[in-house]
Amino acid sequence: MKPAAFEYCRPDTVAEAVALLTEFDGEASVLSGGMSLGPMLNMRLVRPQAVVDIKHLRSLEGIEVRSGEVWTGGLVRQADALKSETLARTVPLLALALPFVGHFQTRNRGTLGGSVAHADPSAELPLCLATLGGQVELGGRRRRRRVAARDFFLGTFTTSREPAELLTGLLWPRREPRTGYAFDEMAHRHGDFAIVAVAAAATVTPDGRVERLSVGLGGVEDRPMVGDTGAFLGHPATPDTATAVAEALAERCDPMTDMKASADYRRALVRELTGRTVARAFDQARREP
Amino acid sequence: MKRIKPHERQRVAVTVNGRRLSGLAEPRLLLSDFLRHELMQFGVRVGCEHGVCGACTVLVNGRAVRSCLQFAVEADGAVITTVEGLAEGDALNRLQAAFRQHHALQCGYCTAGILMSTTHFLRENPRPTEAEVREMLSGHICRCTGYHGMVQAILHVVAETEEQGSVEPAEGRPDPVTT
Repeated sequence: MKPAAFEYCRPDTVAEAVALLTEFDGEASVLSGGMSLGPMLNMRLVRPQAVVDIKHLRSLEGIEVRSGEVWTGGLVRQADALKSETLARTVPLLALALPFVGHFQTRNRGTLGGSVAHADPSAELPLCLATLGGQVELGGRRRRRRVAARDFFLGTFTTSREPAELLTGLLWPRREPRTGYAFDEMAHRHGDFAIVAVAAAATVTPDGRVERLSVGLGGVEDRPMVGDTGAFLGHPATPDTATAVAEALAERCDPMTDMKASADYRRALVRELTGRTVARAFDQARREP
Repeated sequence: MKRIKPHERQRVAVTVNGRRLSGLAEPRLLLSDFLRHELMQFGVRVGCEHGVCGACTVLVNGRAVRSCLQFAVEADGAVITTVEGLAEGDALNRLQAAFRQHHALQCGYCTAGILMSTTHFLRENPRPTEAEVREMLSGHICRCTGYHGMVQAILHVVAETEEQGSVEPAEGRPDPVTT
C-alpha cells in the first residue's frame, strides 16, 4: 500500500506543466487534490515515472460567471465549490450533486477538475457536466481547446485528453429560466461510489409542458450516459411523464455488473431514481420564473 | 519549478501542533508515514491507506484531510494539527471530554481521525443538525461503537456551546485556515 517510486515535479506555470507532460509522454500523472490519484498510486494501479503537482498553478483557481456559462478553474476544491453562493445560484445542479461527492474530509482536498479528468464512471461531477452539456477546457503546447463533455468521456478512466494536455477548467451552462434541476443517487454508504446516480435538468413551458429535458445516468455504463428524451418533448410535465421517461431509460440502458450490484439491480435503480428525479425537476421547473 | 528525483530525500519542514519540525522524505513518502516515522507523531493512525477509513485524518492548514492521500513533499511549509494538539495541557479539551463521557470510543484506533474531522467540522458549522453530524462521520469507519456515542458526544458539545452563547470552536489550539 505504498506507491512505487516516482519523480515529483511542481511546475510554476501551465506552460511548465505542459512541458513536463510532453517530456514524460504519457508516463506522468497529474496531481491536484490527489483523492483519486492517491489511492491508485498507493495500490499501485498506476506507476507513473513522474507526478506533476499542479496545486500551485494560480491561473487554475477561481470561478468566473460569463454570459451563458460559468468557468470553474480546474483546481477549485469541491469543498469550496459547495460553499460558493455564486455556483449555487448559477449552476444549481452542481450544488445539488456536490454533497454526494466523497466525504467532508475528501472534499476538503479533492478538486472539480481532478474528478472530471479521472473519469470514474460512477462519479457525480462528470455526470453533471455531461447532463448539462458542459465543456472541458484543455491546455496544450500550442493551443487551448474545448471539448464537449459527451466527447470527453470515452470509457472507464479514459478521456480524450492527450497525454501532453492539462485540464485547466470546466465550462458549465448557466441556469436557464423555467428550468428545474434534481440529483439523486444510491450508494452503500453516503459518499461512497454511486451504484446508480441520476441527474436531471428540465425546462417547462408556461402552460406546463416539457420544453427541454436532459437526464444523465452515472454508474450504469462505462461513462456518464445522457438519455435520449426527445420523444417526451411537448408532454405534460407531470409525475406520469416522469415515470414514462424512467421506463424508457431503464429499457434502453445497458448496465454493468460488478461486485456492488448486478445489471438487473442497476436497471431497477435507474427506473426508480429516474422517476423520482425527473418528477422533482418538473416540480421545481414549474416554480421557477 | 521544483523537481525531486525518485529516490532523492529532501528536507520537509512543517509546523506540527505549534512546533517547527523537519525530516527527510523521498517523493513517494506518504504524509501519514512522514508524521509517524520521521516526526514521531504516533497519534496519527494508519488504516486502509487508500482514503476510505479516515483513521489518518489530520488538519493541514486548518482543513481535515487524509494524511495517507498526500505526500510529505506536498506538505512542505504546512501547518499541521494532530490529535496530540487538542488537549489543553494535561486536560482533555471539551470535545475529547465529551467523547469520554458518552463512550464514543472503544478500541480508540479510529478516534484520533474522528476528533480531527470533528474539530474542523464544528469550526465551519458550529450548530450542525444530527443528520449533518452523521454525514460528516460517514467519512470514517469505526467497527466498535456503531457511531451513536460519537453523535451524542458531538451534539453535547454543540449544546454546551449554545448554552454558553458563544461560537468558540471546541478545540485546543487554533491554527490559521489557509488554502
